[in-house]
Amino acid sequence: MVTTQPRNRDSIRESREHSAASPAVPPAARGTAPLRAADGARTTPASPPPSMPPTAMARAESSAAATDVGDQPFVHPELAAEQAVLSIEDFQLFYGKRQALFDISMKVPQGKVTALIGPSGCGKSTLLRSVNRLNDLIDHVRIEGNIRFGPERVYGRNVDVIELRQRMGMVFQKSNPFPMSIYENVVYALRIAGEKRRRVLDEVCEKSLRGAALWEEVKDRLHTGALGMSGGQQQRLCIARAIAAEPEVLLMDEPCSALDPIATGKVEELIHQLRGQYTVLIVTHNMQQAARVSDYTAFMYLGRLIEYGPTATLFATPERRQTEDYITGRFG
Amino acid sequence: MNAKPEQKPDDRPVAATVPTSWRRPGRRGIGQRWIRLKSLLMWALCLGFTAMILAVLALVVGYLVSIGGDALSWEFFTRLPSGEPDDPGGMKQALIGTGILIALASLVGLPVGMAAGVYLSEYSSDSALAGPVRFVCDLLAGVPSIVVGILGYELLVVPLGHYNGWAGAMALAFIMVPIVARTTEEMLVLVPRSYREASIALGATKARTILRVVVPSATGSIVTGIMLAIARVAGETAPLLFTALGSRLLTLDPNQPFPSLTVQIFNYATGPYPRQKQLAWAGILVLVGLIFVLNLTIRFFSRSARPAGS
Repeated sequence: MVTTQPRNRDSIRESREHSAASPAVPPAARGTAPLRAADGARTTPASPPPSMPPTAMARAESSAAATDVGDQPFVHPELAAEQAVLSIEDFQLFYGKRQALFDISMKVPQGKVTALIGPSGCGKSTLLRSVNRLNDLIDHVRIEGNIRFGPERVYGRNVDVIELRQRMGMVFQKSNPFPMSIYENVVYALRIAGEKRRRVLDEVCEKSLRGAALWEEVKDRLHTGALGMSGGQQQRLCIARAIAAEPEVLLMDEPCSALDPIATGKVEELIHQLRGQYTVLIVTHNMQQAARVSDYTAFMYLGRLIEYGPTATLFATPERRQTEDYITGRFG
Repeated sequence: MNAKPEQKPDDRPVAATVPTSWRRPGRRGIGQRWIRLKSLLMWALCLGFTAMILAVLALVVGYLVSIGGDALSWEFFTRLPSGEPDDPGGMKQALIGTGILIALASLVGLPVGMAAGVYLSEYSSDSALAGPVRFVCDLLAGVPSIVVGILGYELLVVPLGHYNGWAGAMALAFIMVPIVARTTEEMLVLVPRSYREASIALGATKARTILRVVVPSATGSIVTGIMLAIARVAGETAPLLFTALGSRLLTLDPNQPFPSLTVQIFNYATGPYPRQKQLAWAGILVLVGLIFVLNLTIRFFSRSARPAGS
């Protein structure tokens, strides 16, 4: 053990250096390539086909020399054509004295799935939680700039935060069903809104559970406790709960990170189905997942937005050095 | 290879890469034996002390049963104290009295305690009040119960001019509040933050989140805390001596001096008559039995309703 391990480590480093230096292997072609190939056809037809590594490489290299942290983020022109439902404008956020988000400006297009990727601690969850003002619950958080939700300012002076949150759904990293029946979990948002008609509640419950691909599994035990479900079911229940009030935006904070591959597959399939109906903003740690489920991807690093563009383009031909390094697995 | 018979064949590739100096069979054997001995010693120590606790418990219960068991009869539960030294009767009025006192104390103490606990856990993050409140709670929980009795005497007996049940109930409630407040707080803090966030994110108000999500998530453990508080006050004597005083009559009117099991036991046990002393033992047996049942109920609750996060 003692003598073999260092040798192994050396050989790994060697092979990494070797492949990084080798011009024959385009950086983006490693790891994510097959997934992207499968996804590219489905999402944006305008994206370059994955079979053009030399140009990709050339572009990545040429841009790498010119850009560094602190430069303006690269936003793909295609985003300008989209209708934005959320506009984040020069947004800064401080935890006490520590600044967590720097000058974030991005538009989240309507009816599309937008992924936020980046290494741990880059501020992607913080940004997501700023959208529905969940960060208000944390002490000593201060913000500058604003977020526009439709015509409204999320951090405006007279904004009704409760009403605002009712128009957004949120799914968390760890499934967190409430300690009540499956039925009551799903209709929670409606109960908050004061809905009492049984027929409406029943309808919404079935529709949401079907929407979350959970109806068939639980229709016979709607009134049993939600805590008896499996982890994957619980997470889909949380999605059903989040879409029950028909939110305009669905915020997902690493919804699959605590799930096994099969449950992850189901949730991802679900996100595919939600596309078009809902605007989804999803934080993910998993680049393959971002490539699989999203139309647009934003890459964040150290609290800044680095690059934002169509998913296929971003993974195939990243404009910024940090993006390329991250998606090729050189750090993060 | 034949020289090392203890080596299994599949060890060999690993063994080849490891420095052999610390793998000599002899040394390893001694080390192993010492480690096992230490482990055994620890086990024996723990087992020994556990047995000691059990022995003490068995001694107490055995003593109680052997002395009080004789005096414990159906009459204990159905008759009132007769006042005659040779035929002391039962403690019916004391049992009912204790029940009513606990109910009244809970009626006041639980809402106040739980509300304080919710405040400490949910609302106090920015408040300068939280620290002092928490400190005072801990202080009050440690105050000797006779102090509470004298306080009740000064505040509720002297102004009214006579001993009364209300004063007793309030004294017990005063003891319950800090216990309930601190347990409630501790249990609510354990509810994962993401539960609150999920509810808030759906547009719920803070009040609704607390009432519908946070408190229900911790119900099992809060009930445990409440039961512990009840068990604690069920055995209190000192505060009741100064406030409710005790009574030989069955009364449902808390304006009167009020009977309770513990005071009745105290009166009989300190009195001169052997038959009454024996009845006091029976009373203690019943009290211990009640607390035992209460503890079993606690266990049942804490097992059936774990905090939702786990």
